[in-house]
Amino acid sequence: MTTETLSHHDAHDHHDAGGIKVFGFWVYLMSDLVIFGSLFATYAVLMKGTAGGPTGADIFELPFILVETFLLLFSSFTYGMAVLAMNAGRIGQIKAWLGITFLLGAAFVGMEIYEFQHLIHEGFGPDRSAFLSAFFTLVGTHGLHVTFGLIWILVMLVQLHTKGLNDVTRPRILCLSLFWHFLDIVWICVFSFVYLMGVL
Amino acid sequence: MFGKLSLEAIPYHEPILVAVGIAVIIGGLALFGALTYFRKWNWLWSEWFTSVDHKKLGIMYFIVALVMLLRGFADAIMMRTQLAMASAGSAGYLPPEHYDQIFTAHGVIMIFFVAMPMVIGLMNLVVPLQIGARDVAFPFLNNLSFWLFAAGAILVNISLFVGEFAKTGWLAYAPLSGIEYSPGVGVDYWIWALQISGIGTTLTGINFFVTILKMRTKGMTLFRMPIFTWTSLCANVLIIASFPILTATIALLTLDRYLGMHFFTNDFGGNVMMYVNLIWAWGHPEVYILILPAFGVFSEVIATFARKRLFGYNTMVWATVCITLLSFIVWLHHFFTMGAGANVNAFFGIMTMIIAIPTGVKVFNWLFTMYRGSLEFSSPVLWTLGFIITFTLGGMTGVMLAVPAANFVLHNSLFVIAHFHNVIIGGVLFGMMAGLTYWFPKAFGFKLDEKWGKRSFWCWLVGFYVAFMPLYVLSFFGAVRRMQSYDNPEWQPWMLLAWVGAVIIMLGIICTVIQFWVSIRDRRKYADVTGDPWDGRTLEWATSSPAPFYNFAHLPQVDSVDCFWAQKQQGIQAVSKGPYQDIHMPKNTAAGPIISLFALILGFALIWHIWWLAIVGAAGTFVSFLARIFNDDVDYYVSAAEVERIEREHQQRLKLREQQPEDESVPNTRFGMQV
Repeated sequence: MTTETLSHHDAHDHHDAGGIKVFGFWVYLMSDLVIFGSLFATYAVLMKGTAGGPTGADIFELPFILVETFLLLFSSFTYGMAVLAMNAGRIGQIKAWLGITFLLGAAFVGMEIYEFQHLIHEGFGPDRSAFLSAFFTLVGTHGLHVTFGLIWILVMLVQLHTKGLNDVTRPRILCLSLFWHFLDIVWICVFSFVYLMGVL
Repeated sequence: MFGKLSLEAIPYHEPILVAVGIAVIIGGLALFGALTYFRKWNWLWSEWFTSVDHKKLGIMYFIVALVMLLRGFADAIMMRTQLAMASAGSAGYLPPEHYDQIFTAHGVIMIFFVAMPMVIGLMNLVVPLQIGARDVAFPFLNNLSFWLFAAGAILVNISLFVGEFAKTGWLAYAPLSGIEYSPGVGVDYWIWALQISGIGTTLTGINFFVTILKMRTKGMTLFRMPIFTWTSLCANVLIIASFPILTATIALLTLDRYLGMHFFTNDFGGNVMMYVNLIWAWGHPEVYILILPAFGVFSEVIATFARKRLFGYNTMVWATVCITLLSFIVWLHHFFTMGAGANVNAFFGIMTMIIAIPTGVKVFNWLFTMYRGSLEFSSPVLWTLGFIITFTLGGMTGVMLAVPAANFVLHNSLFVIAHFHNVIIGGVLFGMMAGLTYWFPKAFGFKLDEKWGKRSFWCWLVGFYVAFMPLYVLSFFGAVRRMQSYDNPEWQPWMLLAWVGAVIIMLGIICTVIQFWVSIRDRRKYADVTGDPWDGRTLEWATSSPAPFYNFAHLPQVDSVDCFWAQKQQGIQAVSKGPYQDIHMPKNTAAGPIISLFALILGFALIWHIWWLAIVGAAGTFVSFLARIFNDDVDYYVSAAEVERIEREHQQRLKLREQQPEDESVPNTRFGMQV
């Protein structure tokens, strides 16, 4: 009894590994939020700097963005289902929900790439005006984050396959969940602040 | 194939750089040869480079910082020599484009690659020990942070011999730093060195914030933490909240330079003052990231050597917290001349002056701690006393600068230079020297030589005043910063005096080098086997020196501030007793150095527009990070028997020491006796 419980106790006493990881990830998200905050502030300052180029009202297509938004919001729901499946210990279900989340996220990124490519094609690329620089950078940074989230989902699918659910993979799925919902919240700000206010 | 890189980039027509380059090559070869000859590569790699031990990482931060201090100081004395010569139409010996690189490199190096690693190095060395933890929350990230920082430092040094460095001043104000006015690679070196090392710093901030909040030992409530830990906690909050702004700002400048965007350009709707706002929204908290831990060092030193509990522990904590908050609402005082209007300037001016209040609280706390204490005039105390006087003076000139009306006269003058050297040398550097002397025995098991330490202090103190007081004077005559030559011959005597000051500071640095040499040579004489050479008050002194890699065999229990001191007063010994338990520890990892090596390659390739190499660097960074994620073999248990063996060995040494009373020839270890 002694060694087993002692070493277990000691490990617990010293490393509440999962809890510390999730807390650390929260702190990281807060620092990431400061990056987004800087980009939002930059956008606010440069919004009027169109330099004779298009304004937001000229180029934003709200219905298209609304579809993007619902894809991302729905992917947050499916990720939530994946976490519920994890709490129930059902690996197959986690994989399935993660897979659906991946598809929704990939569709979101695909639509965003299409939007960017379309704008650049029309001559409204990020080098056209300060407004477009700020727009592409803010939205693109979010898109880049979602892309990293997609890669992370793939990594977790592989690790669920090879490692199963354990003390390593559980906190990672929780951290990814935080990351994914965080990107959703940032996107809601992007949608309201950039697109809605741009069109209004 | 090689982008913008060609043989033209090697400055073989600059005799100074060629000489330095040859010296670096000879020195490098000698070091390489010695490591090979003594077969130390393996030891270096497995014991140090891949180590996740916070104490070793702290030591490595300090080594890099001290090396970079030499380079930063070489820049300083070159500038002082130039200004001592370049009077009344004389051109001096440094052409403007070289001089501009030197003052930029000096600022960047001293802040990012000397002051920051010293502060972070001390945090690494001390904080986990002070809170009774076995390591930091994320040991691998800690190693990665160090190597990302090192990659940044390497990039800055490469710029010396390949290409050029920025000529923009240390904060690379736009639009000067934009592609139109700085088409060379200098600003790109600045960008990638700071971006890579800055990410390392952010990771450090997160790591230590979590460590301090989550890894404290039993009974260590927040208000029982040592002051150095408190100031580190606040500094880490500042890192987490401010470094992302730097990351974003540099990224925007990068997009302007690389993809032709218009954030900070004069045309196409860009806004150059936004750059200045963003960079100082990071930059002002940054100076508090440096000074708060220095305040922590002085608090520990003064309480220990006055043999008194720190006066006003709670007020010290709250003063620190106030400064932390205030540091975010003063940034505009760096550019009152922007023209934001009287009300905005008044707000930021008043907020700036308010910071003097919590700082004043601290000064009085230190003074009252000394009052009626039995102060030993050891070298850490000398650094502290020098700090209190010098920093107070620098604080006052800071309050003068905080008056917008006065600032319109003083802006961009040598007054600003004199002011921030007054607080950074008198505050941060003195603090780091005090901390280095104070915690050196904890890191290495022997003390530093006091005689040379005191000589270093007096040289720095006198040198500082001789070097920088003339700059205050010159500023009233209208001398501006960053000038390469001047017309008025009446300035030259003051410039010569400042040069003499720089030489005296150089003597101080030489004294420190001799101090290391003498102390390492006589390490047996200076050995400390007790682990508690200063009769300390906080937990880091409760374990042996150097601390075992697991820090504490049993995690200590704390029930008050300065609990270790209280226990000693009650006659409770810190010697650990069995039975011991298995200890869970992280394994060393090559992931940190490898990821950072690829990041370095990525940075270099981006600077020179070598796109294929950039892809290699990016892919390498990504794959080596993935490899780390898929590695489950990251920790292990130290067996109880092994812990017992290490603890017994230490106790054996203690016994031997007790049986052999000190040799007559060995001076008393109490520094106070020598004064």
